[in-house]
Amino acid sequence: MENLLAITALSGGYHNNTIIKDISLEIKRGDFLGICGPNGSGKTTLLRLMSRVMAPQKGNILLLGQDIASMRLKEFCRKTAFVSQDATINFAFTVFEVALMGRIPHLKRLQFETERDFDIAENALKVTDALNLKEKRIDELSSGERQRVAIAKALTQEPILLLLDEPTSHLDIGHQIQVLDLLRKLNRQSNLTIVTVLHDLNLAGEYCNRVILVNEGKIFKQGCPEEVLTYQNIESVYKTAVVVNKNPVSGKPYVVLVPADTLCPRN
Amino acid sequence: MLCAILLAAIIAGLLNGAVGIAFAQLLFKENLPIFYLRLMRILTAGVAGAGLAVCGIALQAILRNPLAEPYLLGSSSGAGLFAVIAIITGISTIYLPFIAFIGALLATILVYNLARQNNKVSEQSLVLSGVMVSVALSAVIIFLISTSNNETLHGITWWLWGNLQVYDVKLLSVVSAIVICGSAIIYIFSQDLNAISIGEEEAIHLGIDIESVKKILILVTALITAGIVSICGIIGFVGLMIPHMARLVVGPNHKILVPAAALGAAIFMIFCDILSRVIFAPIEIPIGVITAILGVPAFIFLLKRGQSR
Repeated sequence: MENLLAITALSGGYHNNTIIKDISLEIKRGDFLGICGPNGSGKTTLLRLMSRVMAPQKGNILLLGQDIASMRLKEFCRKTAFVSQDATINFAFTVFEVALMGRIPHLKRLQFETERDFDIAENALKVTDALNLKEKRIDELSSGERQRVAIAKALTQEPILLLLDEPTSHLDIGHQIQVLDLLRKLNRQSNLTIVTVLHDLNLAGEYCNRVILVNEGKIFKQGCPEEVLTYQNIESVYKTAVVVNKNPVSGKPYVVLVPADTLCPRN
Repeated sequence: MLCAILLAAIIAGLLNGAVGIAFAQLLFKENLPIFYLRLMRILTAGVAGAGLAVCGIALQAILRNPLAEPYLLGSSSGAGLFAVIAIITGISTIYLPFIAFIGALLATILVYNLARQNNKVSEQSLVLSGVMVSVALSAVIIFLISTSNNETLHGITWWLWGNLQVYDVKLLSVVSAIVICGSAIIYIFSQDLNAISIGEEEAIHLGIDIESVKKILILVTALITAGIVSICGIIGFVGLMIPHMARLVVGPNHKILVPAAALGAAIFMIFCDILSRVIFAPIEIPIGVITAILGVPAFIFLLKRGQSR
């Protein structure tokens, strides 16, 4: 399968502080890639470099062979969409207005949306099961609903690559599964390539076909979940004891946390 | 509909004044000067209102701060300081608007540069440096006024509450041109403003080059505000509240919001101006007093209605 995104010798960070150090990575079309790692390891920075919010200090990122830094920003955003952690919006836009903003990269300045743009936004809301919220105000939604609308807005961009920064971190388990099931459906049915930062290793193991474990700005390990999510890898990156089992239903790796004081009981 | 109300407001503005004159008589030759003066005032009111409201909208979106208003970035105190200095040094009052305009622009440039870090401006530092520069310049203004015994300085108080009496057609047309062109530019950016109001990074993800959008729009709002301040002084409330009121009525989509607020603010100002001339005729009440007295209850009404929905 062809490479959608090729990252070569990438370094990046803030000012003089280099957070991502010399990372190389290839993402294939149709991948569902999970980026995992402890706090401060550089997961989000890596995602921000991929989404062009930050410029790399060294190295480059090729999207279908083209350096993203040399693409026009709107052109880049027609191919890549981003869903942030939890975007609270203070302005009273309706859900449909927010979803429709996903068309901005496709529109010229002052160009009004056409019937086709409305259809695309409406369809995205249908796919994300948010069509019933269409006329609601975005600032009145629950965080689960808001996340579905954020994904709908991203889909309205008609991207070939979808980047997500911990899309489930503010959601209860029911909504977590709902969002990830939706992403899996998009990944499988529309062959949408998905790259997501995930804190929850079990969700990463369950849904991703590839996982990279980032530690101190470098890729500690990458591969399929079974290769990456082993207790040796997790313990050395997170500095905590875990047991890795198999999910009895799906057979995917399942990480069980072990509190430190139960490891060597006093008596 | 707003256009029709605007037309009605203009006619009402022409008909009302310290001296009651029937419309037909207004067009008689001996009354033409009055007609002319009233027309100038109405145009000034409309242009100032529309310009301030559009600037308020743009700044509230860029700074994502509901308290942002056109004078936030230092233009009022900059204009005031330069005007005071001009009066003290005895420069002809003909140049006063021009000098005030320069002062307003310089103050905004100062605010912008103070807020800039690594070629980026964050909204918080813009608001903070705006407040700091305003406070500092106001202190200098008060210092100059209190230490100078120049009688003409007492005239500076009109600056604080606004004045719509413009006698110079050329001046008014220059400022009108700035306001109209500036508002058109802001309208062109309405899509960008929509995206920026849901978040700066969100806007980047939608393909918007926010740093240059911010730069352009801050420059445009600075030019508009400086123009208005230089001929009308400081007219409070309009640039802060009309955007909120318009948002409560037509929603936050800038493609509709910008023209609606511009028309609404023009109408509001023209009516306020009529009241300021008529209530205690022949004494004129400063326009800023009327805008505040009328606007605050109207705003509270809309806010309560919006909440109960």
